[in-house]
Amino acid sequence: MTGNLFYFLTFLTLFAALGVVFSKNPVYSVLCLILTFFTLSGHYILLNAQFVAAVNIIVYAGAIMVLFLFVIMFLNLNQETEETQHKSTLMKVAGVISGGLLLVIMIAVLKDAELGAVDTANFNSQIGLVENLGQLLFTKYLLPFELVSVLFLSAMVGAVMLGKKETQQRHF
Amino acid sequence: MEIPALAIQALIILAIFGITLLIATYCTWAERRIAGFLQDRPGPNRVGPWGLGQPLADAVKLFFKEEFIPATANKWLFIAGPSLAMLTALMSSAVVPFGNTILSDEFGAIRIQGIEVNIGMLYIFGVVSLGVYGIMIGGWASNNKFSLLGAIRAASQNISYEIALGLSLIAVLMMTGTLSLREIALQQAEPLFGISGMNWNIFYQPLGFIIFLTCAFAETNRTPFDLPESEAELVGGYHTEYGSMKLGLYLFAEYVNIIVVSAVMSTLYFGGFNFPFQNEIGALLSSDPKVAHNIITVMGIGVFFLKIFAFIFFFMWVRWTLPRFRYDQLLNLGWKGLIPLSIINIILTGTAILLSEHFGW
Repeated sequence: MTGNLFYFLTFLTLFAALGVVFSKNPVYSVLCLILTFFTLSGHYILLNAQFVAAVNIIVYAGAIMVLFLFVIMFLNLNQETEETQHKSTLMKVAGVISGGLLLVIMIAVLKDAELGAVDTANFNSQIGLVENLGQLLFTKYLLPFELVSVLFLSAMVGAVMLGKKETQQRHF
Repeated sequence: MEIPALAIQALIILAIFGITLLIATYCTWAERRIAGFLQDRPGPNRVGPWGLGQPLADAVKLFFKEEFIPATANKWLFIAGPSLAMLTALMSSAVVPFGNTILSDEFGAIRIQGIEVNIGMLYIFGVVSLGVYGIMIGGWASNNKFSLLGAIRAASQNISYEIALGLSLIAVLMMTGTLSLREIALQQAEPLFGISGMNWNIFYQPLGFIIFLTCAFAETNRTPFDLPESEAELVGGYHTEYGSMKLGLYLFAEYVNIIVVSAVMSTLYFGGFNFPFQNEIGALLSSDPKVAHNIITVMGIGVFFLKIFAFIFFFMWVRWTLPRFRYDQLLNLGWKGLIPLSIINIILTGTAILLSEHFGW
C-alpha cells in the first residue's frame, strides 16, 4: 500500500516537475510548480513528518507561489511576447553549458552518496512529529536555528530598504 | 482500523459534509432576510413559508442558466477557478471537532470529527492559505482587466492578513501547548470560578480574538474587506465574467468559508462544544456517568452549532452595517496595525505564562 502510494506520488511529482519546464505558458508553469509542492508534501506525510508537510504547504504553496503567480499575472507573459524576443546564440550556448555542469555535479554527488543503513527495529517512527522536531530545534540545533532567523531579519530589512520611497520621489 | 469503525468514520465525514452544505445553502437565504431586517424591508418571503424555498429556487435558476465561457478566456482555468474555490472551502471542515466522544460498548469512544490529526491548526491554516488560488486563477483566466484587478487585490489582501492570523494563532498555541483542535477544545472544559465548561480562551486572549476576527473577515472577503469584488469600482471583481452555476460556486464557497471560520473561532476561543454547567446538567439528567457523557456530547454538538450560527449572524450583521474600506486603508490596517498588535499579544502571553509558572498561579 505505502509502496504503491510512493510510486504514484513520485510519478505525479516527476510529471508536474516536467510540466514546469515544458509549459509554454508561464502561468501553467507556476501551477505545475504548486502541484509539485503538493506531491512533495505527500512524500513527507508518507515519511510521517506531518509538521514539515504542513509547513511546506503553508510557506511554499500558500505564500511564495501566490506571490509568483501574482507577479506573472501582472506581467501577463504569453507566447506572442515571448517569441518576439529573439534569444541570442551566446545565451543558448551559456544555458547548455551551465545545465550540463549541473548534471555533472548531480551525477558526481549521486555516485558517491551512501544510503545510510536504517535500523528498522530501533527506528523511532515518531521522529517527524511536532514535539520531537521542536525538542531538537531548541536543544541540539539552537544556534543554527537562531542564526537562520537573523538571516531572515536581514532579508526583511533589505526588502524594506529597496521598497522605501526616495526623498525626492513624487507621491502618486 | 476495523471495518465498522471505518464505516462510522465515513458516516461522520459524510454527515459533516452534508450539514456544511445545507447550512451554506440556507446562509444565502439568511443573508437576504437579515439584510431585509436591518434595512427595514421584508427580504425574500414568497417561495414557501418565510421564503424558505428561496435557496432551492435560486439553485434551479443557476443550473438552468446558459453555460457561457468568454471567447478570449482560458477555458480550462476558467472552469478550474470556481472548482478550486469550492474544494479548498470544503476541505477545512475535516479537522474541526464538532462534538466530544460518544461512548458505546461495541465501538469504544467515537469522536464526532472528520479526522483527528495532531497538526489540526496548521492544517486549517494551510487550507485557508490555499483559498486564494480559486479567485486568482478564475480572475486571470477571464482575460478581463477588472477580473485581474480583483484577483490581484484578493492575493495581496490574503497574504497580508494571513501573517496577522498566524501570529494571533501562535498566542493560543503558546497557551494551550498543542496544535490539535480537539485538545484545545477539551482544555476549555475545565471549570472557571466554579462553573464547569467555562474555561474559554476568550477570557485569556481577548486581543488575539479581535485580531483573529478581523483577519477572518479579510480572509473570507467579506465586507468591510470585500475589495476583490467591490462592485462600485470593479464591476464584479474577480467574478465579472462568470455566470450560471460557476458564479454560484464562487458565492457558495464564500458561505462555506464563513461556516468553517466560525467553527474554528468557536473552537479556539469560545470553548468549542463545551457549555456552562455541563457537568452539573449531566449529573442531573443521569446517574450513569457513561449515559451522562453521551447526553452532554449530544447537547454539546447543538451548542457548537448555536455558536456557529451566532458567528454567521455576526458576519452578516457587520456586512449590512459597515461601509467598505479603501484599499490603502486595508493594507495599512493589516501591516501597520494588526501585525504589531499580534506581536505585542505574543509577548504579553509569553510574559503571563512565565509569571504564572514563577508564582505558581
